[in-house]
Amino acid sequence: MSKKMHIKLNVNGKDEEFLAEPRELLIYTLRERLNITGPHIGCETSHCGACTVTINGKSVKSCTMFAAQADGAEITTIEGIGTPDALHPLQEAFKEHHGLQCGYCTPGMITRATKLLEENPNPTEEEIRFGMAGNICRCTGYQNIVKSIQAAAAEMNAAKEAAE
Amino acid sequence: MKDDVTRDERVANLKGMGCSRKRVEDARFTQGKGNYVDDIKLDGMLFGDFVRSPYAHARIKNIDASAAMEVPGVLAVLTAADLEPLGLHWMPTLAGDKQMVLADGKVLFQGQEVAFVVAEDRYAAADGIEAVVVEYEELPVIVDPFEALKTDVVLREDTVQDGKPVDGAHGPRKHHNHIFTWEAGDKDPTEEVIANADVVAEETMYYHRTHPCPLETCGCVASMDKVNGKLTLWGTFQAPHAIRTVVSLISGIEEHNIRVISPDIGGGFGNKVGAYPGYVCSVVASIVTAKPVKWIEDRMDNLMTTAFARDYWMKGRISATKEGKITGLHCHVTADHGGFDACADPTKFPAGFMNICTGSYDIPTAFLEVDGVYTNKAPGGVSYRCSFRVTEAVYFIERMIEVLAIELNMDAAELRRINFIKKEQFPYTAALGWEYDSGDYHTAWDKALKTVDYEGLRAEQARRVEDFKAGKTRKLMGIGLSFFTEIVGAGPVKNCDILGLGMFDSCEIRIHPTGSAIARLGTISQGQGHATTFAQILASEIGLPADSITIEEGDTDTAPYGLGTYGSRSTPVAGAATAMAGRKIRAKAQMIAAYLLEVHDDDVEFDVDRFVVKGAPEKFKTMKDIAFAAYNQAIPGIEPGLEAVSYYDPPNMTYPFGAYVCVMDIDVDTGVPDIRRFYALDDCGTRINPMIIEGQVHGGLTEALAVALGQEIAYDDMGNVKTGTLMDFFLPTAWEVPNYETDYTVTPSPHHPIGAKGVGESPHVGGVPCFSNAVQDAFRAFGNRHTNMPHDHWRIWRTANALGLHD
Repeated sequence: MSKKMHIKLNVNGKDEEFLAEPRELLIYTLRERLNITGPHIGCETSHCGACTVTINGKSVKSCTMFAAQADGAEITTIEGIGTPDALHPLQEAFKEHHGLQCGYCTPGMITRATKLLEENPNPTEEEIRFGMAGNICRCTGYQNIVKSIQAAAAEMNAAKEAAE
Repeated sequence: MKDDVTRDERVANLKGMGCSRKRVEDARFTQGKGNYVDDIKLDGMLFGDFVRSPYAHARIKNIDASAAMEVPGVLAVLTAADLEPLGLHWMPTLAGDKQMVLADGKVLFQGQEVAFVVAEDRYAAADGIEAVVVEYEELPVIVDPFEALKTDVVLREDTVQDGKPVDGAHGPRKHHNHIFTWEAGDKDPTEEVIANADVVAEETMYYHRTHPCPLETCGCVASMDKVNGKLTLWGTFQAPHAIRTVVSLISGIEEHNIRVISPDIGGGFGNKVGAYPGYVCSVVASIVTAKPVKWIEDRMDNLMTTAFARDYWMKGRISATKEGKITGLHCHVTADHGGFDACADPTKFPAGFMNICTGSYDIPTAFLEVDGVYTNKAPGGVSYRCSFRVTEAVYFIERMIEVLAIELNMDAAELRRINFIKKEQFPYTAALGWEYDSGDYHTAWDKALKTVDYEGLRAEQARRVEDFKAGKTRKLMGIGLSFFTEIVGAGPVKNCDILGLGMFDSCEIRIHPTGSAIARLGTISQGQGHATTFAQILASEIGLPADSITIEEGDTDTAPYGLGTYGSRSTPVAGAATAMAGRKIRAKAQMIAAYLLEVHDDDVEFDVDRFVVKGAPEKFKTMKDIAFAAYNQAIPGIEPGLEAVSYYDPPNMTYPFGAYVCVMDIDVDTGVPDIRRFYALDDCGTRINPMIIEGQVHGGLTEALAVALGQEIAYDDMGNVKTGTLMDFFLPTAWEVPNYETDYTVTPSPHHPIGAKGVGESPHVGGVPCFSNAVQDAFRAFGNRHTNMPHDHWRIWRTANALGLHD
């Protein structure tokens, strides 16, 4: 058993501070320590993306990162994207276009898609498929996920234009 | 009473059958508020995990857990010796065999459960696992089922007595590693037809071992409340009620003291039908420690141990006249079941519904024989996104048709057309015994071929072959065809049961006084959207808006008994129960309406959302009015309340069908296929929610793509699993998957209350042969007859190489 480390995180706008073993994985911290159960565990090898969160502005698979490596980071999970009264356009679009079935991949999928649309607000279908290739869905065959992201992009761009 | 809403508006307000109602499940899932089993947390909850065997076949000489017990946070280590006094070191399988819960003296496959470490958290459990010392003595490993049937090596000691094989659950054994022989059809007449035929095509094909691999692995939380004597078991169960009965039977805890709950399930695809050692060990550990115990598989555990699919060696002979009319079919299967026969099939069907292998064709004479065999591989044999062994059957016949087309030098689409069962032949009794309920294959096939311009595609393909031969291109074009008929919705209790539990299903409805409702079913959604679609069925049946109907499943304390969700049985069986329960509600509502309208019962009729006086539609009572009256008005001769329950035993299975076409370009030098087009026409009878049907088709086709083009559970000669993580086990990403074109025809099931047949598995069943046929068709012009799946890039390259296309 190794010495515990002092770790500080900001998760979904809230400061967290705790002692953890160096081997504690970030997904474990989120799910078990902080009760943030939106991100899921699907593979433990960085392939499926069910555990995707945003760390300091980048999409990261939290199942293969130690909590200690995230010390001082700002983290956003699905719980920090939209509220029940004001859903994120991606959350609306996934509902509207049947972009999910069992829902297990959905938190990681939407979290990744928020970054994809920040990186590229007008992605082509090919860019969406490439940009989402780190997130596996076993149910939908992706067609409606692509459609959902396209719809959300259009919605977000229209809102931006209206605001300008 | 005035009503300014039109009838069409009233229909639309219900959001009943036939509309693409948005899913009610999605609000929680899109906000990260799903409640999956690993999200469950209870006070003092412990975590259990397995010491697993690194060997595929070995004797266990000793297990020393003393060091593990010294590891901080470890509370208990269970072995077979601890379970034996409880009679729980072995458990019954769904296939009439038994399976070790924890290794009892030996192990039979890599990853087998040897000891269960219970600790305060996952890290402590992992430390404890490392500290358990197991002494193994390696034994000869048998991974080839044909070798298993010859070798002296005895895999299962319980199969031999006095040096001779003892009978198994399905009859005599031919060899100590043989599990069963199962036959259907007429052997001698089939041999005679084949012997006298103009043309006979023969082929042997291996449908490789794979795995359903839902994104959420299997797991459970067991909580034994010793004060009240109640056991609560949450888990990823596709059949929660059956699990409760099984837990009761094997533990001796009375069934009323067991509550099984399936919370949200992250995909099932057949993986979550069976009972696994993790469930038993969690229950025992909770009893031993008096604390809740959670067990969750990691991905390697999942791929290596719970519920493989397929692994069928199929040898076929198909005979025909020189004009192409099929006269006979013979199929022999060597079925590799691994170390224990844990197939999830109805009891009387040890090879599932493999005898649907005459497919969509009018084949007068046929014979099927299946031999089940033990090997040193993981147990399972589940139906991965299909009804019991239907993918294997459909793959077999759809490949045999292609091989016969080659033999006859005929177009494979035309060969299908001249052999289809005709519309007027339904209900049709097939040579292997099934009675197909309804179908119109020619209409579906013609629509499919016309939509894709089949003749144009063949012309283009011929030009491509010429260009290839002339050195102008290195890409070949494959046109994959498949026409499938499924058999789903198990099933009539008279011939379908699992462990003696009849395969009916159920629905219970309670209408609330203000005109909303809750309905509970014996099934459980794993992503299919039951909460959305079953409310639609009810809305149409009882005239209350779907948005006012809550659907609940998965809690055995509240839901009526049912056999669960797999084999596309929810809509055919529980959907029928829902409609029938709805009709009981309507029958009582009719009496109440007549009383309120002061007319005779027969003088009112149902109209969308109300009962109206016949001939005087301005006189009516809405279902909402009737619900209120049911609870709040004393009506002579009628009990208060408005509730109904229906247990539905289907008179027959349903037989969805479809016509698929895949067009791909294959790079001969890299073996990479590019799927240019995929057209899928499905006929699932009455359509409840087109949006959800389309989603099911997309998903099933993608799982078919995976199986056909790369996904496998592969073993080396030592029984090591070579594909135990997602690094090696192919799950397609958005990048590899094409867009699909979906289409439909509607041929309702004549025996189902709403005519629905089920659709969730059709695209997988029909998709696998379609992708495979496309690959094989690309090489037909160069002499290819059959190559085994999975058609990954390397294997496709090798096919091209073997045909001399790299010379």
